[in-house]
Amino acid sequence: MFTRRQFIKTGIGGGLLLTAAALLHKPLDRIGKQALVAANPLDPSLRSVVRAIAPVILLGAFPATDPARAAALERITRGVALAVAALGASAQKEVAELFALLAFAPTRILVAGVSADWDQAGVADIETFLRRWQDSPMDLLKTGYQALHDLVLGAWYADSDSWPAIGYPGPPVLQ
Amino acid sequence: MMIRDPFQEGVARGWKVVDAARLDSDREDSADVVIVGSGAGGGIAAEILSRSGLRVIVVEEGPLRSSRDFRMREAEAYPALYQESAARKTADKGINILQGRCVGGSTTVNWTSSFRTPPATLDFWQRQFGLADYTAEALLPWFEMVERRLSISPWLVSPNANNEILRTGAARLGIATQAMRRNVNGCWNLGYCGTGCPSNAKQSMLVTTLPAALELGATVYYGLRAERLAMTGDTVTGLECVAMDAAGIRPRTQRVRLRARHFVLAGGAIGSPALLLRSGAPDPSAQLGRRTFLHPTLVSAALMEAAVDGYSGTPQSLYSDHFLDNLPIDGPLGYKLEAPPLHPVLFATTLQGFGEGHAALMKQFSHAHALLALLRDGFNVASRGGQVRLRDDGTPLLDYPLDDVIWDGARRALLSMAEIQFAAGARKVYAVHEQCSGWDSWAAAKEGIARLPLRPLALRLVSAHVMGGCAMGGDAVRSVVDGRGRHHQLGNLTVADGSLFPTSIGANPQQSVYGIVARNISALAQSLSGRPAAALA
Repeated sequence: MFTRRQFIKTGIGGGLLLTAAALLHKPLDRIGKQALVAANPLDPSLRSVVRAIAPVILLGAFPATDPARAAALERITRGVALAVAALGASAQKEVAELFALLAFAPTRILVAGVSADWDQAGVADIETFLRRWQDSPMDLLKTGYQALHDLVLGAWYADSDSWPAIGYPGPPVLQ
Repeated sequence: MMIRDPFQEGVARGWKVVDAARLDSDREDSADVVIVGSGAGGGIAAEILSRSGLRVIVVEEGPLRSSRDFRMREAEAYPALYQESAARKTADKGINILQGRCVGGSTTVNWTSSFRTPPATLDFWQRQFGLADYTAEALLPWFEMVERRLSISPWLVSPNANNEILRTGAARLGIATQAMRRNVNGCWNLGYCGTGCPSNAKQSMLVTTLPAALELGATVYYGLRAERLAMTGDTVTGLECVAMDAAGIRPRTQRVRLRARHFVLAGGAIGSPALLLRSGAPDPSAQLGRRTFLHPTLVSAALMEAAVDGYSGTPQSLYSDHFLDNLPIDGPLGYKLEAPPLHPVLFATTLQGFGEGHAALMKQFSHAHALLALLRDGFNVASRGGQVRLRDDGTPLLDYPLDDVIWDGARRALLSMAEIQFAAGARKVYAVHEQCSGWDSWAAAKEGIARLPLRPLALRLVSAHVMGGCAMGGDAVRSVVDGRGRHHQLGNLTVADGSLFPTSIGANPQQSVYGIVARNISALAQSLSGRPAAALA
């Protein structure tokens, strides 16, 4: 449970964060629109973020070494892009903004707390970021975490290549 | 053996089925009745009106998919057959909504569970909403008619292990379970109802009422969004539609204008109020889009000693009403207990957490079991449901505030499910909550659930039942339509879907939609044709 003092501190911290994010909203919005959007597997913001975050969300399921790892990175990037492309128009826009926010260095540092570029960030840094968002007092960050959770896990387990590892035989073959 | 695809065979024979995504210019069309939506309400309405000699046009926003397309893969089914790719969410994203969007609507993808409207629900409607003729006796012939038409009968095949666990655990605690009734004919017991029935055993609208109406000359437009009703005074003069793109996500420029003597709304409890809101329909009661109910649903997962293979076999074959029947209907929220099918995407995304912990659970996927508790919302005076609003682009957004009356029911429901699962021999039980890492015993679960902080975005809720928003009632001051679904202000508009319900149903709602719409639309058919309405086949 939060104490009142902690709550006030979080409230102020949260407020500052949101103000900063709001100042950056215009450039973010532009990036989000430019890239239109994360639905494209070649979209640079989606690519950089998914390639870094997916292996951490999927730790324990994701191949650790090449060439399996390289192939899996391609599969999950494509899978997340496909999942985004299937969302409603309004959710697509929100997800594009989320990837833009995470891909843009100033907001990545400020809002996600990840100082290194995504391709340099360590597993521990990414885990810390995901847990902070998961438990964040701010709904915006919690929903951001849940979007990443659902997109990455949904895309991974939608793929028949991921089924043998969980003992799922796939749908029956109808003769 | 080659599985037939009766819908595609009908199209090949010349049924009037129009893919709006392929229209290259605007068009106009007219009929006696235009029906918006092809799900439970729209399908029943289309058959009764067509059999009664009326010319019908059905408008469906989603795509046409039929048995040849149903390959039992989540990756294909969710984007094609569900609203917002099965990721539709309430405004604060606290509840994920599974709702169909395709020809046949939710009946194409539901799990076939069929219940007559519970008498306790009907009693409440009679007392509270001036719906005097909503008695179990008056509705009985209509429920029997749809049971004949859709082959609704008790499912007597052995339940799969996932359902059997509900019976075993509940029995050890002295809690009764009952066999489900299902709308199937020659079911192969595959377990993939949610991705579209590949053998056409499920008696959805796609294989029953819509083919009947098409055979009688009805027209179905799909990939076509009903945008707004044109009105003059208290009369609806037309329906403005816009063709969707091939992916079904964004509107194109091609428009279709439909004229009719009468308009029937059956776009579901989010879609129907949204169409009236976009159209600026009169709303003197200020009830339009309000009191939207969801049966907010809790999920409790467990790991069992033996394999469960919850993806295989009829998804829902048993249920328990113990926690509905033993509580006053307007008291603390009661809940219905059921089991869900377990498929990889649904399970992996519903399960909280990530990394090693999540992967370890997924590796035991075949030993995973889950229960659902569906809260009966809308009866307790503090349970006011949600409100349908419009986004800037005109698409609907349901705001469903999660408050103490929900959390109270949620905590009791999580306790009941965990107790049943441990009684059935679970090794571990997980509430679907961001801060839950599982419990090893009923004692630990009891203590853990008591302390779980229940908040939106921490406890994950789901819903597959959207109801209300165009509530019927005897009093025009407090309702949108009358007991026959006729709009209180617009003379030639009838609502015919789950948005009619003034509360939730307290059971899976498909048969309530079928039966109530069959009665209401038969009255409409008689008034339009001047002859008694024809019965369903």
